Amino acid sequence: MAHESKWIKWLAHSVLMTFSFACLIPFALLIISSISSEQSIINNGYSFFPQEFSLKAYDYLWDHWGELGRAYGITIFITVVGTAASLAMTSMLAYPMSRQDIPWKNFWAFFVFFTLLFNGGLVPTYLIYTQVFEIKNTIWALIVPGLLMNGFHVLLVRTFFMTSVPPALIEAAQIDGAGEIKAFYKIVLPLSMPIMATIGLFEAIMYWNDWFNGMTYVTDPSLFSIQNILNRIITDIQFLSNNSNLSSTAGEAMAEMPTTSVRMAIAVVGVLPILIAYPFFQKYFIKGITIGAVK
Amino acid sequence: MDEVAKNRWKRFAPLLLLMLPGLLYLLINNYLPMFGMIIAFKDINFAKGIFGSDWIGLKNFEYLFKTSDAFIITRNTLLYNGAFIIVNTLGAITIAILLNEIRAKLYQRFYQSVVILPHLISMVIVSYLVFAMLSSDSGLLNKSILPLLGLEEISWYSSKEYWPYILTTVNIWKGIGFLSVIYLASIISIDPEYYEAATLDGASKWQQIRKITVPLIMPVITIMTLLAIGRIFYSDFGLFYQVPMDSGILSDTTSVIDTYVYRALMNLGDIGMSSAAGVYQSIVGFVLVILSNYTVRKFNKENALF
Repeated sequence: MAHESKWIKWLAHSVLMTFSFACLIPFALLIISSISSEQSIINNGYSFFPQEFSLKAYDYLWDHWGELGRAYGITIFITVVGTAASLAMTSMLAYPMSRQDIPWKNFWAFFVFFTLLFNGGLVPTYLIYTQVFEIKNTIWALIVPGLLMNGFHVLLVRTFFMTSVPPALIEAAQIDGAGEIKAFYKIVLPLSMPIMATIGLFEAIMYWNDWFNGMTYVTDPSLFSIQNILNRIITDIQFLSNNSNLSSTAGEAMAEMPTTSVRMAIAVVGVLPILIAYPFFQKYFIKGITIGAVK
Repeated sequence: MDEVAKNRWKRFAPLLLLMLPGLLYLLINNYLPMFGMIIAFKDINFAKGIFGSDWIGLKNFEYLFKTSDAFIITRNTLLYNGAFIIVNTLGAITIAILLNEIRAKLYQRFYQSVVILPHLISMVIVSYLVFAMLSSDSGLLNKSILPLLGLEEISWYSSKEYWPYILTTVNIWKGIGFLSVIYLASIISIDPEYYEAATLDGASKWQQIRKITVPLIMPVITIMTLLAIGRIFYSDFGLFYQVPMDSGILSDTTSVIDTYVYRALMNLGDIGMSSAAGVYQSIVGFVLVILSNYTVRKFNKENALF
């Protein structure tokens, strides 16, 4: 018995260790490749043990900080504004839906829920956003389509309001003369910080990682987020040089550019903020997944 | 309208006002495109506008289903998602059971955070990670691993036969942690008394896993699987678009309905074909969601979506 349970424990550790290793190793390869010298990548490929280290790729990126910095700025802007707007809209829609006495209660629930079951697909969505609302090549394109509010989140927040905010508290506030809106932001919202934090975290990750809207609705490089720059560079390594006012000719820039390591360095620049921030929010992230699963 | 009803609306006006931005967004982002699906039945001519364009009935669908593309993308979508459901479910349950065997909280938390890390990374970054492994001239596989095993280099991005395995591997790598968190949560909620009683009766660990853990989380497995089957017509667009780097040579084994619609619209500007494929996906997808939910209801009413 004791023998067997020990055996299982070892099995668990070895399998989980192996899988954890497989999860981390690609990131290690990415980072090591980005600090390998161009010559050692040409000779031996991307490797964990390069012949020679070099920070040339980062020097090159530093020279192009203008484009990268702006892309970072755009990513941060859409993440902050998008998440804030999303939280506001989600909670404002969910709260009245959570009230037992709201008129047309079932209609609102169905109106939100149906969007989870059925969608019109990419083509009409694209045509409506580009032809009717003309958001192509505007900052709105990165914030609004698909991401701004999610019916599933609305239902999660509604359930939280219904189960965790005692109606007596709201009634008490109203007896004290608070209106509906004041009761919402003075009583309901402060009590709902856990769910707001969870959904805010998910929304923020979605905005930070989104490349689809940029790829679909934005062609102007000055509006590219960091993900869109990455998306362009993997197929078009000259993208930074071509869009730089630094290089007098594209050919000259190409000659000096450590192509293979730059590719990896820029991916490192894209992923590092998440890797650094992850240990601080992983607890909430894992909790959030479980909340979403039990709906 | 009588006085009572009028007063009721007046009383709730502030609340209804609160709902307005969210409702408007759903109207624009979700409901307008549903009505926009009519363009699949029209010959879109921008000079005439969407509503002014001529109706052509099912012509767009006829064109679509005459091509071999329709078969290939349907087959790929179903086979890939089917394989993902099986492999990810088995893998995630295994990981969850093993995580549960690790009593030291520190280790458990460490493993859990690490296996979920790939879920957090955008598909664009994933495509870089895969590129570092598979690039023909400088990938780890071609330059370090295959020579070590005495094998020939392979030009991965132009050999379509490997892609079903590559994409399945990437999908497990990215998705298994997420799913295992859900299964672990349901394992943890099992009453420890079951295990105590089993241990007293002399049941081995392996027997406990087989006779207690798996049967007790079976409802969750069934529901997660049925819900995944309901979504089998929809693919992870990023996985199929970014990871093969939008390579045309690979399209036989990597294109799915979502990537087909995207390419037909964005690269070819073929609104007829792409909207027909999109409507095909929406309708079949909707039917599957309804069917799978109906099945979930039969198993357990509480877990059904509706």
